[in-house]
Amino acid sequence: MQNIGDVMTMQQVMFYIFSGLALFAGSMVIVSKNPVRAVLFLVLTFISMSGLWMLLEAEFLAITLVLVYVGAVMVLFLFVVMMLDIELASVREGFSRYLPVGISVSVLVVVALVSAVGPKEFGLEKVPAPAPYPVDFSNVKALGELLYTQYLYPFEIAAILLLVAIIAAISLTFRGRRESKAPNPSQQVQVRKADRIRLVKMKPEKTGEERESGSII
Amino acid sequence: MSLSSHEFYLVVPEIWIAAMASLILIVDLYLTEKTRWITYFLSQITLIGAFYFTWVLWGQGPKTAFYETFILDNIGTLLKMVIFVFGFFVFMYSRKYLEEHNSNRGEYFVLCLFSILGMMVLVSARSFLTLYLGLELFALPLYALVAFVRVETLSRGLSQVLSHETGAEAAMKYFIMGAMASGMLLYGVSLLYGVTGSFGIAEISSFLTQETEVPLAVLFGLMFILVGLAFKFGAVPFHMWIPDVYQGAPTAVTLFISTLPKLAGFGMAIRILLDTFHALSPHWQELMIIMAILSMAVGNIAAIAQSNLKRMLAYSTIAHMGFLFLGLLAGPESGYAAALVYVIIYALMALGAFGIIIALSYRGFEFENIEDFKGLAKREPWIALMMMFILLSLTGIPPFAGFYAKFLVLNALIHAGYVWLAAVAVLFSVIGAYYYLRVIKVMFFDEPKETLPLQYQKVSKSGVALVAVNGFSVLLLGIFPAFIFDLAVSAFVR
Repeated sequence: MQNIGDVMTMQQVMFYIFSGLALFAGSMVIVSKNPVRAVLFLVLTFISMSGLWMLLEAEFLAITLVLVYVGAVMVLFLFVVMMLDIELASVREGFSRYLPVGISVSVLVVVALVSAVGPKEFGLEKVPAPAPYPVDFSNVKALGELLYTQYLYPFEIAAILLLVAIIAAISLTFRGRRESKAPNPSQQVQVRKADRIRLVKMKPEKTGEERESGSII
Repeated sequence: MSLSSHEFYLVVPEIWIAAMASLILIVDLYLTEKTRWITYFLSQITLIGAFYFTWVLWGQGPKTAFYETFILDNIGTLLKMVIFVFGFFVFMYSRKYLEEHNSNRGEYFVLCLFSILGMMVLVSARSFLTLYLGLELFALPLYALVAFVRVETLSRGLSQVLSHETGAEAAMKYFIMGAMASGMLLYGVSLLYGVTGSFGIAEISSFLTQETEVPLAVLFGLMFILVGLAFKFGAVPFHMWIPDVYQGAPTAVTLFISTLPKLAGFGMAIRILLDTFHALSPHWQELMIIMAILSMAVGNIAAIAQSNLKRMLAYSTIAHMGFLFLGLLAGPESGYAAALVYVIIYALMALGAFGIIIALSYRGFEFENIEDFKGLAKREPWIALMMMFILLSLTGIPPFAGFYAKFLVLNALIHAGYVWLAAVAVLFSVIGAYYYLRVIKVMFFDEPKETLPLQYQKVSKSGVALVAVNGFSVLLLGIFPAFIFDLAVSAFVR
C-alpha cells in the first residue's frame, strides 16, 4: 500500500482538510434551517479559514481571527440570534419559487469563475510559491511596521470608518433620555403665549363657491 | 523610503475635515435646542476652510503620497472643491427643514461631513485599498442618514404618518444593495490583485498596458468593478434602490444623496476607467453603452408614470446618469471633460429641484406630490419661476445650463464616432421632456388647491433668495458656459 506521504506533503493534507471544512461549513450556513446552527457553522468556517491562514504563515492574523471574530463578534452574534424571534415560515416563503432562477444564476457564475480563476491563470508557473520564512521571523513586527508606514493612510481611514459606524448606530437607536411623565409645575407656570400660539397672516384662498360664481379671479 | 512631512501637507484638507467633524461631534453634546445653530455654523466653517486648503493645492501637478495610496492631481482637487461648494448649499437648504421636522440634531452635519471626507478619499485614491475605504466611508453615513430623521407628520393621511417606516425601509434596501455592490467591487479587486499582485492603480495600469493578451481573470475583475461603479451611479440594471431611497429618505438627505455622491462617483469612474483600465477601454465601452441606453430608456419612461415629484426626479436621475455614461465612453479627448461638466451641472440642477421641495415644505408637510404644485405660480411666483428654470434645464432647453451639458456630451460622442448613440440619446431626451414640462404646466396653468393645511406658511425671504441664487446660476451657466468648461478641461491636463 502506498504511503500517503508519497502523494502529498503534510501541508497539502492540512490544506485540503481545512478548505474542505470551510466549504462544507460555508454551505451549511446557508442551508441549515435553524439560525443558531447557521451561526455555529459560520464559527466553524472562521476556524477553518484561520487554519488556512496558519498554513500561509500568517500566524498573528490567524490567531486574531479566532480571538476577535470567533471569540467576540460571533458570540455576540449568537446572543442576538437567540434573542430574536425569527419566524422561519416567512423566511422560507418563496424559496422554492426562486430556486430555479437562483440555481441557474449560480451555475452560470460558477462556470464562469472556474474558467477565470482556474489553474490556467493562477497555476504554480504563473504565481510561484513563496519561499518559507526563517524560523525567527516575527509576524507581528512585520505587520506593525507595515500598518504604520506603508498602510498608514488606509489604516487611519479604516479607524475613521469605525468611528462613523459608532456614530451612525447610536444616532439611529438613541431616542433621548427617558424622562418621567409627571408635569413640571414650574415650567407650566412659566409658559408664554409665544410658545404655544403662532399668529399667521395669510391671503384668503379661493373657496369652492367663489370659483363657481367667478367673483374672485 | 519613509514618510516625509511634505506628504501630510498634501492631505491637509482631509485632516482638517476629520478633525473638525470630531470636534463638532463633541461640541454638539453641550448645546441646547436654542444654541444648536453653532453646530450648523461650525459645519459651514469646516467646509469653507476645506475649500481654502484645497484651493491652495490647486495646480500642483500629479503628486502621490503615503506609498502611492493617495494622489493629488487637478481632477481630484477640482472635484473636492465642487463637493465643498455643493455641501455648503446642501447645509444651507437643510437647516430650516431639520428645525421644522424636530430633528435638528448635530449628527446630521457630522455624518454628512464624514461622508464628504469619504468622498475626498475616494476621488484622490491611488490604490484600490483607499478607493474601497473611501467608498465605504462615504456610503456608511448615508445609510444611517436615510433612516435617521424621525419625521413627525400630522396632516397627510396614513401614507405620510408612516414616513418614518418608509425611511427605515429605504435605508434597509439601500444598505443591503450597497453591501452587495461593495462585495462585488471587492471581489473584482481581489481578482485583479491575484493577477497583478498589487492594489496600486499605477502598477495595475502598467501591467495592463504591457500585457498583449489580457488574462480572463482581469476581464472578470473589470466586470465586477464596473458593477460596483454602476451601482453607485444608479445605472440600469443596478438602479432599483434609487426611487425608493429618494422618496423614502427625508428631503434634506435626498438633497445630499442626489448631489454630492454623483460628483464622488464621477471621481471614482475616472480613477477606475481612465487611470486603471485605460488600456482595456474597448472592453468596458461595450458594457457602458448597454448600461447607458438602458438607463436612459428606463429612467425616462418610468418617470412619466410617477405622481410623486421626489420619485419622478429619482427616475430622472437614472436617465441623466445614462447620459453621463455616454460622456465617459466617448473617450479621453473631449468626452471626460464633457462628462465632468455634465455631472457638475446635473448636481446643480438636482440641488435646485430638491432644494425647492425643501423650501416649500413646512412643519409636518412634505411638499412632494406633483399635485401639491398645482397653481404654485399664483402663490409663490418666484419659486415657481425658478422651478421652471430648473425643469427646463433638466429637459435640456437652451439657454439653460442643462442644454449646454447635453450639447457637450453629444458633441464628444459624435467626434468619437458614435453618431447612432447620439441619436438614441436625443430621442430619449425628447421623451423625457414630457414629464418635466408636465410639472411646469401644473404649476402655471392649473388652479390652486382649494384648501390648504392649517400649518401652511409662505416660503421665507431667505428661502426664496437661496432658491433664486440656485435658479439664476443654472441660467447664467447656460449663457456663459465657458468658465466651467475651461475648468473641466484644465482638470484633465496632466
